[in-house]
Amino acid sequence: MAGYLLRRLIQAVLILLGVTFVTFFLLYVLPADPVRQIAGRSATPETVESIRKQLGLDQPFWIQYGRYLWGLLHLDLGRSYLQRSEVAELIWARLPPSLLLMAGAIVCELVLGLTMGIVAALRPGTATDNGLMIASFVGVSAPQFVVGLLLLYLFGVKLHWLPISGYGTFSHLILPSLTLGILGAGWYSRMMRSSMVEVLRQDFIRTARAKGLTRRRVILRHALPNAILPVVAMIGIDIGIFMGGIVVVESVFGWPGIGQLAWQAIQRVDIPIIMGVTLVSAVAIVLGNLLADLVAPFIDPRIRLR
Amino acid sequence: MADAALPEPRRRGALGRLARRPLALLGLLIIGLTVAAALAAPWIAPFGRDEQLFEGLTLEGAPMPPGGAFPLGTDLLGRDLLTRILYGARTSLVIGVVANGIALFIGTLVGVTAGYFRGWIGSILMRFTDLMMAFPALLLAIALAAIFSPSLWIVAMVIALVNWVQVARVLYTETTSLAERDFVQAERAIGAGTGRILGLHILPHLLPTIIVYGTLGISTTVLLEATLSFLGIGVQPPQPSWGNIIFENQTYFQAAPWLVFFPGMANLLLALAFNLVGDALRDVLDPTQRGRG
Amino acid sequence: MKSLLASSALLMAFAAPAFAQGTDTYTPDPNAKPGGSITITYKDDVATLDPAIGYDWQNWSMIKSLFDGLMDYVPGTTDLRPGLAESYEISEDGVTYTFHLRPGVTFHNGREMTADDVVYSLSRVTNPETQSPGAGFFGMIEGYDAMLDGSATTLSGVTAVDPQTVQIKLSRPDATFLHVMALNFASVVPKETVEEFGPDFGRNPVGTGAYKLADWTLGQQVVFEKNADYWREGIPYLDQITFEIGQEPVVALLRLQNGEVDLPGDGIPPAKFQEVMGDPAQAERVIQGGQLQTGYITMNVTQPPFDNVQVRQAVNMAINKDRIVQIINGRAVPANQPLPPTMPGYTEGYEGYAFDPEGAKALLAEAGFADGFETELFVMNTDPNPRIAQAIQQDLAAIGITASIQALAQANVIEAGGAGTAPMIWSGGMAWIADFPDPANFYYPILGCAGAVEGGWNWSKYCNEDLDAQATQADSISDPARSDERLQMWSDIYTRVMEDAVWAPVFNEERYTMRSARMGGADNLYVDPVSIPVNYDYVYVTE
Repeated sequence: MAGYLLRRLIQAVLILLGVTFVTFFLLYVLPADPVRQIAGRSATPETVESIRKQLGLDQPFWIQYGRYLWGLLHLDLGRSYLQRSEVAELIWARLPPSLLLMAGAIVCELVLGLTMGIVAALRPGTATDNGLMIASFVGVSAPQFVVGLLLLYLFGVKLHWLPISGYGTFSHLILPSLTLGILGAGWYSRMMRSSMVEVLRQDFIRTARAKGLTRRRVILRHALPNAILPVVAMIGIDIGIFMGGIVVVESVFGWPGIGQLAWQAIQRVDIPIIMGVTLVSAVAIVLGNLLADLVAPFIDPRIRLR
Repeated sequence: MADAALPEPRRRGALGRLARRPLALLGLLIIGLTVAAALAAPWIAPFGRDEQLFEGLTLEGAPMPPGGAFPLGTDLLGRDLLTRILYGARTSLVIGVVANGIALFIGTLVGVTAGYFRGWIGSILMRFTDLMMAFPALLLAIALAAIFSPSLWIVAMVIALVNWVQVARVLYTETTSLAERDFVQAERAIGAGTGRILGLHILPHLLPTIIVYGTLGISTTVLLEATLSFLGIGVQPPQPSWGNIIFENQTYFQAAPWLVFFPGMANLLLALAFNLVGDALRDVLDPTQRGRG
Repeated sequence: MKSLLASSALLMAFAAPAFAQGTDTYTPDPNAKPGGSITITYKDDVATLDPAIGYDWQNWSMIKSLFDGLMDYVPGTTDLRPGLAESYEISEDGVTYTFHLRPGVTFHNGREMTADDVVYSLSRVTNPETQSPGAGFFGMIEGYDAMLDGSATTLSGVTAVDPQTVQIKLSRPDATFLHVMALNFASVVPKETVEEFGPDFGRNPVGTGAYKLADWTLGQQVVFEKNADYWREGIPYLDQITFEIGQEPVVALLRLQNGEVDLPGDGIPPAKFQEVMGDPAQAERVIQGGQLQTGYITMNVTQPPFDNVQVRQAVNMAINKDRIVQIINGRAVPANQPLPPTMPGYTEGYEGYAFDPEGAKALLAEAGFADGFETELFVMNTDPNPRIAQAIQQDLAAIGITASIQALAQANVIEAGGAGTAPMIWSGGMAWIADFPDPANFYYPILGCAGAVEGGWNWSKYCNEDLDAQATQADSISDPARSDERLQMWSDIYTRVMEDAVWAPVFNEERYTMRSARMGGADNLYVDPVSIPVNYDYVYVTE
């Protein structure tokens, strides 16, 4: 186990290195010139060149990349081109709200998704099953921006049950988590139902029932643990999927997370921020996958870590 | 946890059994209609694809709601929405079916191989999958947009390259579990060919997952294409796709809900149609349904 | 809904010379009461509050409220008035300005401001190490070139004669100089605070302005509080302003309608415009005003077939501007020249190119393109610009020009424009908004030879040496008594530009601001042409 863990961590570092390289390279070949953005529209060519030199952007690729890596070792992610403040500071301030939102969304996804999936699997072919599955598809197809606005309008403006937007209390967390989670709930419920139906059809289930075990016990102790494996794998991927949805949800609900930071930076080609956010999300994804792989054997002891 | 004996699937007469399921036929019908609409759009659409009509807007510049000459209403430039959705079917089919299909194929290949063989092949494949997952897809999109001329096929390729990782990850985990089952070990012990084991014992049990990704994936990729096109890498205006009609008009959904509702319904129905067919397919191929259906 | 765009009213103000000794014509509002606080929402993060660096429309008026410069503007207008300098003299030859500073002005940190601070601030902004986007505006001051190449660290043209007097020598007479002294870039900053915070001064701004920074929670909000020791009597009225960040415009408007927010900083989103204007109670609280902005199509005169003036004129005649204005719900007025109507130097009564598709087709045929041609139209990807581009595309198709649209992120379009690879660009979203209310500001970067270089903002790559010479000549007339003559010269220059059909001007955007019921203050404060978007120093609450 320790050996496996060590190997995976080393591989993780290599992967992250690979990500920084590819990202840095892509940004380097982008024709959009960051110096012109910093220098502004009234700058003379001399000013532009002077800024370019000061930022070290006239150096060849390897030197620039090397300096960036050196900075990483000191936990220095550079300074934003447009805001002039430290990237590490910006990300550090915005990371906790995003993490909180993701956690809230995962809770919503699991609660909604698993419940719907299990209930549908236990009544296959009925109206309940069909209704729940259509609901899952609607959850996946509905654009998150629209879902967010709808929920906000209903619960915030019309009913006044929840705040319209903002950050700070638990009631602020509910609608954004729900909006972000409905998409995942659709996937989980569909996957859970599928997996569960598959498992319930197998001989060993009939054997267990024939042995006299109650339906509840059969489901909880025998069917569920077998069926939940793909869902566990999906949780590890969730963070990657979130990265897209989080931009939309954070902007609708005024949630001060890194999604907004990332989107703004991408539109304006603010390279240091893009590098920083990409790195942070890469770390999250790699760790998420590692965690899912570590948890899998607990769900299904047949799986061995190798 | 009890182990299961995994029986062989029945393939004979599968298509025949499929044809006897009404829901499957409904699904096929919807898919067929969508493809037909996409191909025949130039002939059946009531107006020109990009035709901005004077009667399509109110005097203050607002779009017209469904009714009269415009069965589904008009958009913010006075173009007929029905026409736009018919033409948009082409783009969305390429994305939802082809791009998603390719992603599914690559993902299955990588995930099953890594999960069955494990060892260093498995390790390399899965770490490569990790790398691709951590890879900044949006950034790739912008970079490509700057280098190549944007087109539908480029964005389809990017979507395929980005979406296969999820499939690979989930199938990997499931395959590792399946590969450890007793009788699979038994089959290996008696020297059964890898192809036989994979084809008869592993893949059929992965079918439910594959179907889920094949169907839900249609909806998500259609919407994803809109974001990528927005960044400049996919279809350019005025070419319509269901995704970009939704994306462009999201903020207007209170003022002109039909602009989001109708393309959204189209997207939903297509995914549901594939789901009906997929589920039915899974049922008829199900090894445990001996003597049933 | 009150319309402020009685352009005749504003133009009356310009019948008089634009900077007649910069007298303060402002009369205080009798209804204004001190006290209270307001909440304003924005979508984007506040980039920086460093006056030498901040250059986007969002932080422009925030910085104006935290800092002051030697000159200022009468609130809600484009008229200059004294700022930190309570009076000034100009030498006979027009190159030496002597400013007399107000006594008793203190920074937010308590220290009194002196002439040394002015010298320091102007040297700082022209120092290449500061990387200020506004350094180029100070090119007319003696010693600028020495700062640029690094041979000097203090701007030699600026000297502190005594603690209350600053003398600035220019290398050439320049009519825009006083406007430049009113720009944020010329704000006075305290040396000790800048040195204490270094590059983070933008997060910890200290100035002499009406407000001081009370709090900045990254990503969430910025809070200003009243500067009780402000040197202008009686203002600001408000005790506190809270800027909330990260708010989607549609949601911000919902919150305004719900009474949670006083001012949506990003304005009324297009999606909600008709709903708001259709409701009399809400429309009443909407203020409309002109902007010093023009939306135009640039044509690259170095790329065939746009090197042919007849082709460019045909494009001008092909655009149905009224329809485009209809598509954006009437939030603009059609334009026929580069300058906006409220800019001094605007040519009243100029006809330009009327909408005439048949005439355009004939002209194209004359130019040798009877069958039309193919080209590309670049546009920024945020709403409503792609829609406008598609309308333009349809207009061009009607005369035989097939323009394929390239809708890209802003940075990419700017890059293509600067590199000269884009044959046509719709400027929406990146359109030129004046830095200061003077016709010169619309010329040099976007129509002059200096801007036509690689990476410059003159996306048409138009370089007319004659016009450049005329422009320099016009700007050398710094005597306020001759400003009419100067404005006439500028008017002629822009007429010539239109004869060359370098651009196809389409519209001048109107600005719409909506305020909550409890806010008060003259309408022109909410659509202040200089203190964009709102003049925070002079608004108040009525409850």
